[in-house]
Amino acid sequence: SRASSAVLARDNYPLYIRSSPTENELKFHYMVHTSLDVVDEKISAMGKALVDQRELYLGLLYPTEDHKIKYGYVTNSKVKFVMVVDSSNTALRDNEIRSMFRKLHSSYTDVMCNPFYNPGDRIQSRRAFDSMVTSMMVQVC
Amino acid sequence: WKTKQEMADEALFLLLHNEMVSGVYKSAEQGEVENGRCITKLENMGFRVGQGLIERFTKDTARFKDELDIMKFICKDFWTTVFKKQIDNLRTNHQGIYVLQDNKFRLLTQMSAGKQYLEHASKYLAFTCGLIRGGLSNLGIKSIVTAEVSSMPACKFQVMIQKL
Repeated sequence: SRASSAVLARDNYPLYIRSSPTENELKFHYMVHTSLDVVDEKISAMGKALVDQRELYLGLLYPTEDHKIKYGYVTNSKVKFVMVVDSSNTALRDNEIRSMFRKLHSSYTDVMCNPFYNPGDRIQSRRAFDSMVTSMMVQVC
Repeated sequence: WKTKQEMADEALFLLLHNEMVSGVYKSAEQGEVENGRCITKLENMGFRVGQGLIERFTKDTARFKDELDIMKFICKDFWTTVFKKQIDNLRTNHQGIYVLQDNKFRLLTQMSAGKQYLEHASKYLAFTCGLIRGGLSNLGIKSIVTAEVSSMPACKFQVMIQKL
């Protein structure tokens, strides 16, 4: 499985980063970092919308680099999800990526309801979050 | 017409809320009632709940356009989901102050229909003030929320947006 996901707080620090085993983790961190500028640009209310501003899903973030495709999603609480998949994975369609983001979003809202989770902390939930991401990454193969 | 489930849900939150207020005051330490610490504790509880609720409630909504869009959401969708009715009146000076008026606030209707127990009203409004503040906070809006009652069960929540 060659997909990586990251969850970032409103202030752009990471709440959760999970890169697939074959991925260079440092490289993934860097990709997430550069993706954030694009995400911020896309959601800023500047009138010239690059995406449908009412949608939480942002789609492709910027042209494929190094055979890696980056997708973004921002919740109303300004939590950002970034997913990077291998471009060789041509079987993946837009609506599949959307549904993966929906799963991430759903699990994140569950984490918010965990009494041991303090909003703004790193996500350390094993059951709700980590295992969901594992099963999601297995799907993307 | 309410289903048994709906009646149970409403009663559950109302009764639990009453117990929470009671619990905070019963376990208050020396001076905490007088110095407002109990009110603060209730408000902070509401804050955390508001943060979590907003995350759930905005999971499937479109992206908010602006601050007014968010306040309208609080008055309609949010209020209806939590209190089974909308805010009756929303006023704003368009400079960061909003007044939300609820003529029949669900947490006060069983308490009195006028001035009886008025001196205790603030205890039963603190959690909801926090709820609003927590919800707004998770949407990126910092605010101060206060409430006032002159005749139950009507009350007003005042939201003062803090520009960072």
